Amino acid sequence: MKYVDEFRDPELTAHLLHELTAATTRPFRVMEVCGTHTMAIFRSGLRALLPSQIELISGPGCPVCVTSASHIDAFLQMAELPDTHLAVFGDLFRVPGSNGVTLAHARARGAKIEVVYSAVDGLELARQNPAELVIFPGIGFETTTPGIAATILAARQQNIDNFMVFSTHKTMLPPLMALLDDPALGIDGLLCPGHVSSIIGAAAYQPLAEQYDLACVVAGFEPTDILQALILMARQISEGRAEVENAYTRAVTWEGNARARAMVATIFAPADMSWRGLGLIAGSGLAIREEYAGFDAQSRLALTVPESKEPPGCLCGEILKGIIAPPACPLFGSRCTPSSPIGPCMVSSEGTCSAWFSYSGETRSATAITN
Amino acid sequence: MAPTTAETILLDHGSGGLASQQLISGLFLKYLGNKVLSALEDSAVMDNQPGRLAFTTDSYVVDPIFFPGGDIGTLAVHGTINDLAMRGARPLCLSLGLILEEGLALSDLERVIISIRDASESCGVPIVTGDTKVVPVGKADKIFINTSGIGLVADNVEISTSRAQAGDKIILSGSMGDHGITIMTRRAGIALSGDLRSDSMALHTMVQLLLTGLPPASLHTLRDPTRGGVATCLCEIAGSSGLMLEIEEDCIPVRAEVRAACEILGLDPLYLANEGKCLALVAPDSADQALALMQACPEGAEAAIIGTVIAGAAPAIPGSHGIRPSLAVTAGRVILKTTIGGTRVITPLHGAPLPRIC
Repeated sequence: MKYVDEFRDPELTAHLLHELTAATTRPFRVMEVCGTHTMAIFRSGLRALLPSQIELISGPGCPVCVTSASHIDAFLQMAELPDTHLAVFGDLFRVPGSNGVTLAHARARGAKIEVVYSAVDGLELARQNPAELVIFPGIGFETTTPGIAATILAARQQNIDNFMVFSTHKTMLPPLMALLDDPALGIDGLLCPGHVSSIIGAAAYQPLAEQYDLACVVAGFEPTDILQALILMARQISEGRAEVENAYTRAVTWEGNARARAMVATIFAPADMSWRGLGLIAGSGLAIREEYAGFDAQSRLALTVPESKEPPGCLCGEILKGIIAPPACPLFGSRCTPSSPIGPCMVSSEGTCSAWFSYSGETRSATAITN
Repeated sequence: MAPTTAETILLDHGSGGLASQQLISGLFLKYLGNKVLSALEDSAVMDNQPGRLAFTTDSYVVDPIFFPGGDIGTLAVHGTINDLAMRGARPLCLSLGLILEEGLALSDLERVIISIRDASESCGVPIVTGDTKVVPVGKADKIFINTSGIGLVADNVEISTSRAQAGDKIILSGSMGDHGITIMTRRAGIALSGDLRSDSMALHTMVQLLLTGLPPASLHTLRDPTRGGVATCLCEIAGSSGLMLEIEEDCIPVRAEVRAACEILGLDPLYLANEGKCLALVAPDSADQALALMQACPEGAEAAIIGTVIAGAAPAIPGSHGIRPSLAVTAGRVILKTTIGGTRVITPLHGAPLPRIC
């Protein structure tokens, strides 16, 4: 398959691995920020091939995983409202709220919940059901938000007033900074998310490189993309440099996509946001602006987001912070599996725990990977 | 245009009265009639047959009911025939149970029944008994079908997942994921270019060729990777045999259209349903012969050896910080050697495959 097979070429992979080994002159610790990177590294078998001096930890970049239990509770509340349809991304479907109840449970009890591929499908559902409210739980980072913004703009242009978004949209840099402020994290480099970077631009990581002395490399999602990024990172670390480099030039520019950012800024304004495992982070979220309040489920339905607790025993917070690896969690692989996830990192196929469970063959282990 | 009342299924059609009889004689017997079925007795009586009986049942609830490469009718015939074939049985006859939703267009029902007739005739496996119920609108989704099947297993044939042996070659009879991706894209209304079509197909003829063509007892295991896909099926074989299976990503046939659709939708073809494929585990000495026999059949033209059964404990996966998996999960493990030369484990499907956010 064109544009895919070239980037999974075994000979090129072997060559790049050789180069990476040569460039790695000391052990280093990398955070792969994005859940898609976590999954790609496991699924391609790359994890098994990397030099042992490189330690990979997964960051907070799986949008489903960082959705707080209280937001899931709010989605469940909305699902129970009369004459209401929820249009949701599929991987949100099995995420437990604070009582262990999921949208899948709510649907089985009769709530109208449709799994959709995009917010536009939700808008279409609203058009087809004018007597009902259609609510789209907005989750995701800079990659997803422009599409949601465009959908809200389309809803206004087409005068569809029964479509709403419940925004829990998040931005990538504030939680990274919050994590990096903790010296216990001890990472040398950031594998920067390719898709988010296509919007925010590689330049966005400049403050991270400078303030935290980090080698920041933007990476694509194929095995050779990731290897190329790790080679650049290993060289920076060997040479004592801390810079932003772009190893995903076929999708990411230094400046990013200004038009998409402008569209997001039209609809959304920065807001404080609660993150699963990380708590409330100032300015890390996006709320729908007053001018578009008609499309804002939170203000239009006057919903109060209930306070919630993390599931007892769940260490997703520690895992999202990169402090432990999934097998160190007592629930991993025993009570918490992809079939009956307790924490969010097990729910999404891109979640750290799900990737470890599905691709590494690990079960629970007493060996914590701590600092 | 919406069908008129005369052209749709009414609750009356399931009443057991005149309307039911009209449906039976005017539609079912018209297309499916044979000596046994047309007698309309309360049960079919089959002549005494030599060998052991294989008996299986399956229900079919697919949405949409018509899709490229087949429909719910072809699935209902092929699926049950394949379940018999996977134990080495020669399929003898099928039952046909229909649950119809009030309001189903008669033309749609006729189309399904014609498909069932065509599939049954081309497979040489008659429908010998049947039943129809009609439920009110909304209590079923257009049409649900149950077929049960009876087959005969020759005395010297022993095919079972538990008979997998170390050294066996694992053959997949053709490309994987065709059915699953076709249904998922149709259901989501996603129009992708390329010829995505279900692989709905009966495998019993190919299986009989293997049974007669291969040395006795060299064909150990047959399994059709339907829901849960090749991955889940391999895990089941590993689980019931207690052995380790190692497969090579590069050797697994996947059509380019299916791969592309999976890349776009974020799905893994290893977990997508197949409706006309089987996994065959064959003694190493007979593997090439089995492959040639399969490739000589249209249903196995793209068959490929995708891996090997190996005995012993699974090695710790490199890159997992040296943590060895616990003993409980060491047996019955499926390992995939990836295209780029890495390794990872394969686990069974958890929940239904769902579209993802990114």
